Amino acid sequence: MRLPVQLITGTILTGFFVVTVALSFFWTPHDVTILTIADKLQTPSGKYWLGTDHFGRDMFSMLMVGARTSIAVAIVAVGIGMGVGVPLGLMAAANRGSLLDEVIMRGNDLVFAFPSLVIAILITAVFGPSALNAILAIGIFNIPVFARVTRGAALSIWTLDYILAARTCGKRALRISVEHILPNIANLLIVQGTIQFSLGILAEAGLSYVGLGAQPPTPSWGRMLADAQTYIYSDARLAFLPGIAIVLMVLGLNLMGDGLRDFLDPRIRRER
Amino acid sequence: MIRFTATRLLSLSLSLLMASAVVFAVVEVIPGDPASYMLGLNAAPEAIIALRNELGLNGSLWTRYAGWVTGMMTGDFGTSYTYRVPVSDLIAQRLWVSLPLALFALLLSMLIAFPVGLIAAARRGKPSDYAIMGITQLGIAVPNFWFAMLLVLVFAINLQWFNAGGFAGWENGLLTGLKSLTLPAIALALPQASILARVMRSSLLETLTQDYIRTARAKGLSRAQTLRRHALRNAMIPVLTIIGLQFSFLIAGGIIIENVFYLPGLGRLIFQAITQRDLVVVESVVMLLVFAVIIVTFLVDIAYAAVDPRLRSGR
Repeated sequence: MRLPVQLITGTILTGFFVVTVALSFFWTPHDVTILTIADKLQTPSGKYWLGTDHFGRDMFSMLMVGARTSIAVAIVAVGIGMGVGVPLGLMAAANRGSLLDEVIMRGNDLVFAFPSLVIAILITAVFGPSALNAILAIGIFNIPVFARVTRGAALSIWTLDYILAARTCGKRALRISVEHILPNIANLLIVQGTIQFSLGILAEAGLSYVGLGAQPPTPSWGRMLADAQTYIYSDARLAFLPGIAIVLMVLGLNLMGDGLRDFLDPRIRRER
Repeated sequence: MIRFTATRLLSLSLSLLMASAVVFAVVEVIPGDPASYMLGLNAAPEAIIALRNELGLNGSLWTRYAGWVTGMMTGDFGTSYTYRVPVSDLIAQRLWVSLPLALFALLLSMLIAFPVGLIAAARRGKPSDYAIMGITQLGIAVPNFWFAMLLVLVFAINLQWFNAGGFAGWENGLLTGLKSLTLPAIALALPQASILARVMRSSLLETLTQDYIRTARAKGLSRAQTLRRHALRNAMIPVLTIIGLQFSFLIAGGIIIENVFYLPGLGRLIFQAITQRDLVVVESVVMLLVFAVIIVTFLVDIAYAAVDPRLRSGR
């Protein structure tokens, strides 16, 4: 079977960022916690590969460490969404039409009415800003997404003959859900996870940009852009780099998601 | 249809009630005492007592919630603690920026997406299709606030066609007002247009495989005629749904974009309110945003059912 080009490109891009993040734990060209005001706003050179920001911090190192924040927030948010959403969706599908199903779906609609930015605003207004807010806000926003996808996919599996066979064997709904439904919808969940991961990166950048996410001195791509805006008249270079990093990361994840969908499920392979 | 609308209306009011309970619980119950939270650590006890009276915090939770909800229904959102004016006035003022911005962006994204999606579908597999799919793939990945900064850099700082920020006000003429909203609206429309164009394309491609399209071609209609008369209308249904679903992203995007351009809209209002701990304003604006999302979802549901009778029987 031919590997889709999208999947390869996406995986390479995503892999690049994952490796960068892993590397940043052991090595960065410069220490981002040290401010060298004398070297502020320098253009790229042998010493500072991508130049320095307004505090004299190395941009290349900042981008490396910033990737950490983005990826960590997005991963935990997807984890929250899957961890809560998938069981809810499985429960709703197993009890289709019951009161439980209705309550879960209505609850979903309710959470769906709160965009992640609005959740972040609410949390920040009451608890004050922190990186945890961004994780919680994006995570809560992910719950109904996964619950819906899980329920929809599980419902169609429930109508299949092998589920009937499993029921005849006396298996209970919980066991059927875990042993038969979950493995069969895993592909779909992986694809959805990739999509929510990329949306999470975008959301985290937006939240940090408006000050509802990562707080100084933690480097994050969104905050770097917010800082860059102050210097946009004098040093536009600062505004390019974090933006390009976000675009490449999100593009990589989206390509990987599309590629995975085509690769894992030929039935839903899209028109080309 | 009437029965469908009635059930939807019932579930709409239920959603609104639940949402308001959630917002109320988060803002007024979790902090413990909102008055001392708003005034900060060094507040004088007398000031806290005065604010408690002003906010009506001495009643039971239930009467406070009921009072808040009935107040909102009559357009009374309470008084802003920092601005000392009714919150409804503040919101009304800011809506004149935020709402036109959202509509402007929505209009732009449709104007871009429809023809682009149509071209991609009509030229499927050709270079122009690949180019469009590539560009839209990129458009989805670009954070709109960063795109906004790039627009400022090019069109405001280098070319100086637009102001880098601020709002000229509607009182100086419609065009002046629209001009201040143009760059923000373009920034907001880009990701929306990319998503819409892709949905439009795939929806059209799916419609084109239907039997009635073959029938239309067989009875002698040209490709263009078939596309326009038969395919387009049917392909629009999923597109309209996506427009509805994207609405919450438009709202969230607008709030962030307002910050890039220093537009005096709801977004600026809510961020100032957060910094000043003006919970009355936060609570009302959040409720308004959630209200907007719920109403749009409801309208899309109704519109969908009006077009497609099969959906009226419920899910």
